[in-house]
Amino acid sequence: MDKGGILSAVHYILTLLVFSTACKPLPEERHFMPGADPARGLKAIERAGCGACHTIPGLSWPRGRIAPELGGIAEQNLIAGTLPNRPNVLAAYVRNAPALISGSVMPAMPVTEDEARDIASYLYSLPAR
Amino acid sequence: MRPAISPRTSTRSPLADVLSGWPPPVFDPAGPAAGSIATLGWVLLAMAAVVTAVVLFFVYVALWGRPGTREKLGGTKIIWLAGIAFPVVVLTFLLIYGLTLTRSLTAPITGNEMRVRVVGEMWWWRVAYLDPQGRAVILDANELHIPVGRPVVLELSSNDVIHSFWVPRLSGKLDMIPGRRNLMRIQADRPGVYGGQCAEYCGGPHALMGFAVIAHTPENFARWRTQRLGLKAAAVSSDQAAVSSGEANRGRQLFRSAGCAACHRIGGTDANGLAGPDLTHVASRRTLGAGILPNNRGTLIGWIGNSQAIKPGNRMPPYSVLSGDELTALAVYLETLK
Repeated sequence: MDKGGILSAVHYILTLLVFSTACKPLPEERHFMPGADPARGLKAIERAGCGACHTIPGLSWPRGRIAPELGGIAEQNLIAGTLPNRPNVLAAYVRNAPALISGSVMPAMPVTEDEARDIASYLYSLPAR
Repeated sequence: MRPAISPRTSTRSPLADVLSGWPPPVFDPAGPAAGSIATLGWVLLAMAAVVTAVVLFFVYVALWGRPGTREKLGGTKIIWLAGIAFPVVVLTFLLIYGLTLTRSLTAPITGNEMRVRVVGEMWWWRVAYLDPQGRAVILDANELHIPVGRPVVLELSSNDVIHSFWVPRLSGKLDMIPGRRNLMRIQADRPGVYGGQCAEYCGGPHALMGFAVIAHTPENFARWRTQRLGLKAAAVSSDQAAVSSGEANRGRQLFRSAGCAACHRIGGTDANGLAGPDLTHVASRRTLGAGILPNNRGTLIGWIGNSQAIKPGNRMPPYSVLSGDELTALAVYLETLK
């Protein structure tokens, strides 16, 4: 095999490798949130006390019952029955619900924008109910 | 990618996380009383380690030592020396050392200390700051403000069952017994927030009976105390704030009509119930539900709406009769009570 042949073989293998990784299922295409970390999201959920109203899978305490349970929100089409379920909308809703739905009982929560994104990514990571 | 969701044993607010963290709070003292207890703990640990090493050495000799040595080890002399004389000497030394070290814990009260009465309730803490004559001048709940570098004498008792007061970074545990007044001296050397926890099983929500001690610099503490003593003026201004916000005003009326005042007191208003925690300064508290939830509008709404889901068995009923708007109005009103 000549030099060019070896190079093209290497090229072929590399291309194959690149595509083989791309063949893995994409991480939650619909709710892809670059930079957001579900584990940090759960910590933020604990700090803000979301569990006082919501039962959230993965949070053993508290398991509030005055607001909807949040498992399987990734499969839901609408947030609070009104808003389109998109990552940036959910993050904005988590942080300041009354700004998106006036008269919302869910109040603005003491979390930063980044924390709200982390929380949204955690909620999207929850399996369907 | 789906992260592993691991079940968690404790998801309490970091403020009241008394038993976790590194170093463990009992080994991370923040005052002289807790300091002597931690020192005694380390000394006991070290001595136990030395004694274990000595015992292991003799076990080794007894099993694999030379026959002559093993024979000596079986004699009565060694039993008298290592089995009786050695423990008597070591334990006597330890007893004297331990009692000397912890003498400050039981030293008589001089009368110059700041006095606070803390009463255990099922499942929260009633707090009253006393003047030198023993009269309650500031009423609060579930939170204790102290100045750093000054001894504070806590008068501990209970209104129902036996509880135990424990702020591990400031002192040991002391039982709160109905009909009896136990005195405990605490002192914080650095400003900060120190978590506490009831340490005597007292019924269902015992594990959710938390507490917070906030140590201020002397200047900040003086400011805090003046602010609290000037309650009347503050109450008037919060009334005015309520008038200026329609929602808070509605919440104030709801507080009356929903019957909250039957159990909760708010200084400066006609709400004077004593069965539940005093809410005069609820908005300035670090926590809700006795040291267990962060204090924000969301947790207020959740607690008022259905505290039974949060702290099962506590004495506040769920308020399913209130609408979302009413819960919000109540929370907005309580947020004005700084």
